[in-house]
Amino acid sequence: MKEIVVISGKGGTGKTSITGCFAALAENAVLADCDVDAADLHMLLAPEIISRNDFISGNEAIVREDDCTGCGVCKKNCKFDAIEVTPEGKYRVNPFSCEGCMVCVEVCPVKAIDFPPNHCGEWYFSHTRFGPMVHARLGVAQENSGKLVSTVRLEAAAKAKELNKDFVIVDGPPGIGCPVIASITGADLIVVVTEPTISGRHDMKRVLQLAQHFSVPACVIVNKWDINPEMTEVIEADARNSSAEPLGRIPYDRAFTVAQINGRTLVEETTGESVEKITTIWEKVCQKLK
Amino acid sequence: MRIAVASGKGGTGKTTVAVALSMAVSEKVLYADCDVEEPNGSIFLRPEISRTEKVLVEVPEIDEEKCISCGKCAKFCQFNALVSLGTPPLVFPELCHSCGGCAIVCPTDSISWKKVSIGEITVGSADSGRVSVIQGKLNVGSSLAPPVIRQVKSHIADDILTVIDCPPGTACPVIESLDGADYVLLVTEPTPFGLHDLILAVDTVRVLGMPFSVVINRFDEGDDGVENYCKNEKIHIMAKIPHRRSMAEVYSRGGILFDAIPEMLDLFKSIPQMIERGIEVE
Repeated sequence: MKEIVVISGKGGTGKTSITGCFAALAENAVLADCDVDAADLHMLLAPEIISRNDFISGNEAIVREDDCTGCGVCKKNCKFDAIEVTPEGKYRVNPFSCEGCMVCVEVCPVKAIDFPPNHCGEWYFSHTRFGPMVHARLGVAQENSGKLVSTVRLEAAAKAKELNKDFVIVDGPPGIGCPVIASITGADLIVVVTEPTISGRHDMKRVLQLAQHFSVPACVIVNKWDINPEMTEVIEADARNSSAEPLGRIPYDRAFTVAQINGRTLVEETTGESVEKITTIWEKVCQKLK
Repeated sequence: MRIAVASGKGGTGKTTVAVALSMAVSEKVLYADCDVEEPNGSIFLRPEISRTEKVLVEVPEIDEEKCISCGKCAKFCQFNALVSLGTPPLVFPELCHSCGGCAIVCPTDSISWKKVSIGEITVGSADSGRVSVIQGKLNVGSSLAPPVIRQVKSHIADDILTVIDCPPGTACPVIESLDGADYVLLVTEPTPFGLHDLILAVDTVRVLGMPFSVVINRFDEGDDGVENYCKNEKIHIMAKIPHRRSMAEVYSRGGILFDAIPEMLDLFKSIPQMIERGIEVE
C-alpha cells in the first residue's frame, strides 16, 4: 500500500479538485481528508457515513469556582495568558487560549482545577462511489488539529491494509505547520499543487523544503499554468532544484468551478485538455510509486 | 482600530483584500501578516525592511548529573515532548509548548531552559513610510505557529489603524490571530467550497463574539449560494470584487487589486469608516 499526500503551501491552488480527480482515476484506493479545519473533499465525493467517532484529545482545565480561593497562583504560572479574573475575584480559564498543559492543575494549592478530556471533533468512516473514505471535522475554535490529522491517516492506512487497497490518497491542509507536518511524515509521495504566481512559488518552495526536511519524496503540478507561462517555467526549474519532478501542467479551466457546483470531480464532469492532463499526471504518479 | 481579514478556505483572496485595504486608505496603517506559515503580504507591499528579530521559545534542557531518571517530567508533559525509559529524558523540542510544567514537577531541579528559534519577524515600511509592515515567518520544520503570531501582535500599537492578515482555517493559529481584533472581514468566493468554509468561519467568529462582514471575491464567477446564505443569516456583504482574468495575471506578478480593478478603490477607502459606524450601531 502506498500513501500519496496532496498539499500546496498556499491555499486555493486546486488541491481538493485534483485530489478528487485522483480518487476517481484510482481504481483501488482509500481516500482521506486531512484538511480537518476546512474539509471540502466530501463535497465532491458525497460520502455516506458508516460510522461516526468522537475525537477526544488532550484535556481542558476548568476551575471549580466554589473551591477557588482566589490566590492567583494558576494565573502566575500560565504561559498562555489563559487565566482570567472573575468579577468575584476568583479565577477562570479562557478555553480559547488554554493549550491544555496541566500546569495550573498542578500548581493550584487547593486542587480546585479539573482536567477532563477534551472533545475536539469527530472523525468518520464512509463509503463513496470511488471507495472507502476517512474524514473528520474539528470542532469550532479547537486545538489538536495535528493529532486529528494523525488519527485520520492511521485509520485510512488500517482500512487500506484490511481491504488490500493499493493506495491511500490524502487531501492535505494548506501551510507548513503542525497539521501539514502530521500529514506528510512517513508518506510515500507528496504531490504539491501550485499556481504560477509569486505567492504560489514562494509557498511551494517552503513546502518543498519541508518535504526535504522530513525526507519525503515530492513532485509538483502547476495548475492554471497559462495565467503566467514564464512563471510556470521558473517554478518548474525551482522544483527540479529541490529534487521534485514537475509532473505536468493544467490550464486555467472554469470547468473546475462548474464541476464543483455540480458536486462532481472534473473527470466525471467533462472531457478535454484538463482531464487528459490530469489523467497523464495520475499515470506518472502511479509509475513513480512502482 | 484592528481589522482582521480571515477566511475558512485558503486562496480566496485574504491577502489581496488586506493589502488593498492598507493601500486604499490615506491615513497611517499597520499591516500585520499573521499567516506565518505562508506569509505573502510583502510580495505585494514590497516593504523596505528596517530590522528583523528572531522568535525564541524556551525548551527544557536536562542536567543529567542531577537527574534521577524518575520520569515525572515525561509523565507530566501533555505534548509528548519528553520521553523517559528509566533514563534521563529525551527532549523533542519541536513538540514542546514551553509551558514550564516539566521543571515544576522535577523533584531534583534538573531542568533549565534553552532558547531555540522557531521563526523570524521582519519590520519595515511601504508606500513612502505610510504603511508599516510587520511580518512573521515560521521556520520550515517548526510546527507551532501561535508563538510567532503572538510576537507579530506584540508590535501592534493601539493608536494606529491595523490590518491583520490571518491564516486560513478555523484552528488555533486563526484564533490567536483574531484575538484582540475589533472587526473581522471574512473573504470568500461564490463556490460550494467557499460557502462551506465561510459557514465554518462564521461559526468561529460568532463563538468568539466578534462583529464581522463578508467580502465576496470573484463574485460573478460561481453560483449564488454565498449571497443567499448571507441574506438568510442577515450578514452584511461589505464588498463584491468582480472576476477578471487580468486580476489573476496582475496578482501572479505581485500587483495589487487596484492595478487590475481601479474602480474598487473608493469602496476600499471607505471600509474603515463603514466599520466604525457599524461598530457604533452594535
